[in-house]
Amino acid sequence: MNYGPLIFLAAFIGLSASWFGFVLTPQIQLGRAQQATNTVNTAQLYPIARPGLAQEGLEVYKANGCFYCHSQQVGQTGTQVNFILTEIGTNPVAVAEGLLTAKVGLTNANAAGLSAGLPKTILRNVPIGDAKKAAKVTRDNGASGTVEVVAVGPDIARGWGIRRSVAADYLYDSTVMLGSQRVGPDLANVGARLPDANWHYRHLYVPRSVVKDSAMPAYSYLFKTRKIEGRPSPDALQLDEGFAPENGYEIVPTDEAKALVAYLLSLNSSTPLFEAPVTVATAPAAPAQTNSPAQ
Amino acid sequence: MNASCSTTPSAAENDSTLRVIDASCRPPLVFLFCGAALWLVVAWAFALIAGLKFHSPNFLANCSWLTYGRVYPVSTNALLYGFAIPAGLGVGLWILARLGRTTVVQPWIIAFGAKLWHFGVFVGLVEILRGNSTGFEGLEIPKAGAILMFLGYMLIGIWSLLTLYVRTERTLSAPQWFIIAALFWFPWIFTTAHLLLTVFPVRGVTQSIIVWWFSGNLRFVWLALVGLGAIFYLTPLLMKRTLHSEYLALFTFWTIILFASWNGIPQGAPVPAWMPALSTVTTVLTLVTLLTFAVNIYRTCGNGCSTGQNPVEGKFIAFGSIAFVIAVLMSIVGLLRELNPLVSFTWFTVAQADLNVFGFFSMTMIGAILYITPRVTGFNWACSNKAKASFWLAAAGIVLYTVSLAAGGVMQGVKLNNPQIAFNEVSRASLMPLRMSTLGQLLILTASVLLLWNLVGVLVRIVKAQVNPVNANSVAAAEVKS
Repeated sequence: MNYGPLIFLAAFIGLSASWFGFVLTPQIQLGRAQQATNTVNTAQLYPIARPGLAQEGLEVYKANGCFYCHSQQVGQTGTQVNFILTEIGTNPVAVAEGLLTAKVGLTNANAAGLSAGLPKTILRNVPIGDAKKAAKVTRDNGASGTVEVVAVGPDIARGWGIRRSVAADYLYDSTVMLGSQRVGPDLANVGARLPDANWHYRHLYVPRSVVKDSAMPAYSYLFKTRKIEGRPSPDALQLDEGFAPENGYEIVPTDEAKALVAYLLSLNSSTPLFEAPVTVATAPAAPAQTNSPAQ
Repeated sequence: MNASCSTTPSAAENDSTLRVIDASCRPPLVFLFCGAALWLVVAWAFALIAGLKFHSPNFLANCSWLTYGRVYPVSTNALLYGFAIPAGLGVGLWILARLGRTTVVQPWIIAFGAKLWHFGVFVGLVEILRGNSTGFEGLEIPKAGAILMFLGYMLIGIWSLLTLYVRTERTLSAPQWFIIAALFWFPWIFTTAHLLLTVFPVRGVTQSIIVWWFSGNLRFVWLALVGLGAIFYLTPLLMKRTLHSEYLALFTFWTIILFASWNGIPQGAPVPAWMPALSTVTTVLTLVTLLTFAVNIYRTCGNGCSTGQNPVEGKFIAFGSIAFVIAVLMSIVGLLRELNPLVSFTWFTVAQADLNVFGFFSMTMIGAILYITPRVTGFNWACSNKAKASFWLAAAGIVLYTVSLAAGGVMQGVKLNNPQIAFNEVSRASLMPLRMSTLGQLLILTASVLLLWNLVGVLVRIVKAQVNPVNANSVAAAEVKS
């Protein structure tokens, strides 16, 4: 018997299975995703499309292959729930006793100094049920406190974001460039982390003028050096000694550089979402030593 | 002609049918292989430029055409689309013709397809340098180049299948199954990716999922199908034995079809969690592919593995087989729960990818080209010493390149995972291994130049023989014509 057609059919089905799995199914699951208000606490609409100049900047980012060295996806290894006591009320003893009897993870030593230095985190890394129980106990005893949800992980600790990146963050980008390498730092939230446009211009023109020993090449072709005629341009780069052009000349960004910086500043995915919850108000600020300009 | 060339066809296969079959492959194979060799040199020249930027970030930085983000994709695309695919198509065509015991149908149409493909790659690479990349890793060549490449592929693919159709040996053997599946699978993944990414772009992160699926299928499934097909055909031929088990080879085939086609979605990607999970499980299952392949080849070689009598093309193929095993192992190890955070986003992934594309596939193809070209053209290599030198250079180069990048990648990953270490420190620490890998790139570039030199030598002799057949000094060429 000739098994040829049978083998052919089986191989065809075998290979096409992955097409159904990774091409068709994601379209069914995510292809019709819409802007939504499934944000936690804020009821803000998310995601929002980037403004026009930033959309153009995405093309510059793509054309120059920035994504070969910079990823745009933040990961987290877990979520931590804390309980913060904000007010102790009139009966600190009752609050402390209530929390101890509720067995939410408060130690006797901590219970003793409960009222000092408020607001403070009295329960760290506890199950969400315990934190909620603690909130109820404090409320019942005339005190108040909040349950805080924070993301943890090396990326978060580096200040690259306050929560992990999720599918919704990329909804309105065409050409999603998640990147696969971290030769340079992650840029998923660079707009939140480094909001100064002038810093970005200086960094693109001579990276080493703002980050010591940077391995990034200079993108000087995105800038023009021109003779100052009359008044200097308001766009001209304010460069430090040693990087500045000779007297009578100035460095101005081209339209491409302006678009690219607008795009970088628009990179911000810190809105808390149902699928990536995080408490915004008390989120830790970015540690100074990572990615920020060297001192 | 150099008498010491090891590539002389043996007396055993001086069978006139085989000679006629080989001769019919000449036009398409010469075009496919010469273009491929040229792209191989381009690929490693650009890789070297990209690598030098880690020695001095401002090297050639003032020119937008030569910025890292354009030079690097040119090198990866030239290697994958310029060298690997045309070389694979040429070797595949030759295997189909030989195993089917038939001459190639319309060889000049396939040769034209080869030209079209190479021209498409050229257009695509120039577009990338001009800043018109699609922005999808592994699929950077924009529409203009991709359409030409696709048309070229269809000419090559359809006439390769027609060659299969008219075969006189009706029973299909394992290498043919590998090649046939690859011939069908490439247009499917290539059109899917281009239609859904550049023509009618899908939304949001589903773009990335399609890129991963495409890239995984091209780099793992397609390359493994063609590469292992060639190894399963050539190893027994070189060892003058039969394949240990045809059934085991078919089992390898099925595991590639069923498991490898799901690989590629990285862990921790911002997509629904079932996708990376499924991808991880199936990639780990390709351990079966690897084991069945290794056992089959080891048993085929038997004690011949250690005799040291291996001709240079056999060395290339043996290196490719070992590199395949290591590259797949690296991808599996990199997915383990404890190790994944240490290797994702690092140079380790680059080392794995390049070991697969160059160490496994390209080395196997170079071996096959060295074996096939003298038989197809009737001209022996000008000097087999050049082939030997190119083997040692390429092997040393890819080993140095892979080892330094893999080790550097793990070091980089360990530091990335410790937020106490400032990012500047992390990138500074990976500079040393990166600079060592540049030396590897230089060695591979030299090897590629030697291969191109050899092929151009053959090309020149073919042209001379055509222009002035009386003065052609090659007896073999006259035999081919008869």
